[in-house]
Amino acid sequence: MDPVEIGIWGVPLAMLAGAIRVSTPFLFVSLGECLTERSGRINLGLEGTLIFGAMTGYAIAYRTGSPFMGVAAAALAGAIFGLVHGWICKFKGVNDIAVGIALMLLGTGLAFFFGKPYIQPVAPKLPAIPLGAWSDIPQVQAALQVNVLFIVGAVLAVAMWWMFRSTRVGLVIRVVGDSTDAARAMGLDADRVRLLSTAAGGALAGIGGAYLSLYYPGSWNEGISSGQGLMAVALVIFARWNPINCFWAALLFGGAGALGPALQSVGVTGGYYLFFAAPYVLTLGLLIATSSPDRAMQGAPAELSITK
Amino acid sequence: MSDQTSPAALPSGAPILSVLMPRAEGLVIPLAALLAGALAFSLFLLMVGKSPTAFFGLVWLAGFSTAFSWQNTLSQVSPLLFAALCVALPARLGLVVIGGEGAIVLGGLAAAVTAAMVTGWSAPFGIAVMVLSAMAIGGAWIAAIGALRIKRGVNETIASLLMAYIAIAMFNHLVEGPFRDPASLNKPSTSPVADTLRIGDMSLISAHWGVAVGIIMCVLCWVLIEKTTLGFAARIAGDNLRAAQVQGLPVGRLVIGFTALGGAFAGLAGFFEVAAVHGSANASLIAGYGYTGILVAFLARHNPLAIIPVAILLGGFAASSGLIQRRMDLPDATILVFQGMIFVAILLSETAYGRFRVFSSVYWGGR
Repeated sequence: MDPVEIGIWGVPLAMLAGAIRVSTPFLFVSLGECLTERSGRINLGLEGTLIFGAMTGYAIAYRTGSPFMGVAAAALAGAIFGLVHGWICKFKGVNDIAVGIALMLLGTGLAFFFGKPYIQPVAPKLPAIPLGAWSDIPQVQAALQVNVLFIVGAVLAVAMWWMFRSTRVGLVIRVVGDSTDAARAMGLDADRVRLLSTAAGGALAGIGGAYLSLYYPGSWNEGISSGQGLMAVALVIFARWNPINCFWAALLFGGAGALGPALQSVGVTGGYYLFFAAPYVLTLGLLIATSSPDRAMQGAPAELSITK
Repeated sequence: MSDQTSPAALPSGAPILSVLMPRAEGLVIPLAALLAGALAFSLFLLMVGKSPTAFFGLVWLAGFSTAFSWQNTLSQVSPLLFAALCVALPARLGLVVIGGEGAIVLGGLAAAVTAAMVTGWSAPFGIAVMVLSAMAIGGAWIAAIGALRIKRGVNETIASLLMAYIAIAMFNHLVEGPFRDPASLNKPSTSPVADTLRIGDMSLISAHWGVAVGIIMCVLCWVLIEKTTLGFAARIAGDNLRAAQVQGLPVGRLVIGFTALGGAFAGLAGFFEVAAVHGSANASLIAGYGYTGILVAFLARHNPLAIIPVAILLGGFAASSGLIQRRMDLPDATILVFQGMIFVAILLSETAYGRFRVFSSVYWGGR
């Protein structure tokens, strides 16, 4: 089918398509970080987990021929990173932010170390669902090729919101995140809850990484992540620790990330690097706009070191 | 360390160990952590079927064994010293600023751009202008993070990393656009710095002057933190921000001043990379020194004097990376894995402070 001339409408359409495509890793990492932070800990190392997940997912998908095995392996690897973070932070006097930085470095290093042989081979991709089949316009069809993981992520956001609001597990995580003393009084093991929350958060970040290497951009190389893991941490603050807000924020960030390529597709090529920086500028701007020097942030878990 | 009782304050006749051992804690624990990290890395090497002895042998060979290998190591040390200061100075105020990489690349770019403007000038003035512009840009970049923290309560760790990404994007845009030398075809670069404005090697050891300047700056920063009232105020604020504010210390100005100073050092690292190593600003400037500098600072426990030996040690590891890749058929990320493991070990060791009675003054008969 030949492309239909849709002129300037190509920009918002490409941005919508890009937003859906680019936002998925943001969505998974921010949901993972949201879960971890709700339990009162911050894991800044999710950038490293994301990259390691991307490598593991790609390598296992290539070895087994199944992209879903790759996603599962990436989730497992992410959970292990989360367990390591949670275990180290259990000790008295250890700074969770610094541990995150160290694990970012270690995760990146390990991913590049083991990922070297997988730069060349081609792994099977994750399938997409053609939600745009109703339209005759090829651009619309292409734009609405939605990956399964995006849909899983959207469902997960709602599920997590419900979990925090009306389940016992959600309540336990919230209590631990708001007051270690109250948790202890209730007979809860705060360290254990945080360990498991960090592990689950790591698993989600690993899945986000697998999406990068198995769908979009869809290959493994050392430049696969450009700070999505880190931006997702800032995104959780912007989303006020609410999983549903995380979903919308991820879409917004995806749109910002898609701005450069979308403009390029209609012939605007100047300032490539500046458009590339748009998500970082947006993140920083939102961080500045939503932070406050004197009052604790609304909705923030009280035990979180980032808001103290 | 610094907050220990000074020897003069002890009653005469107190056993010498009661003075020495508490001080030794700050040395023994990081060294033990370094060793533990190296052991963990050795296990990792054994697991992937490589020999740890061969690895550390090559590090010794390529990093420290001969005059040539020392030259190799020292070439890495200068940016690490400055980058570590950029982490350590804000850290003394309790701020985890890790975006030094951004200030390094922008400082280097500023040096290269001003070099083109002052080409005809005599060396001392031209170089002074380059240094000032590099330090001003780097200082302003990191001070902005301190200001955001103080004025708006923005988390400085995340803001600094985001600003590093923004700085690198700006750097790429400017080097490939407005400031590009049309003659640089394959690798977009700024116009080369005139030979008269280049920084040469020191006469005694064949390393450029950045190493000496870096070491002097580390000593000066140590004096600033440990021996001046300004440094004392900063340490108070680092221990407890609220208490410092209650006492009427100018916390805001301290934070902005220390972040500005740290950023200025990172900018200086960029200046030396351009004026002494690369000769122009290009993608080679984005070499990750800012990130290795984080590890150096944490390993040195943010003590500027300790930064010097740690930077030399890690510089040696970085310098041996090439030989290790070729001889042992290991990927270049090996050093990154090693650094990551040491980093985790050193953070884990934070929990050991105050746990061993051997290090307490009382144990040895002191007060």
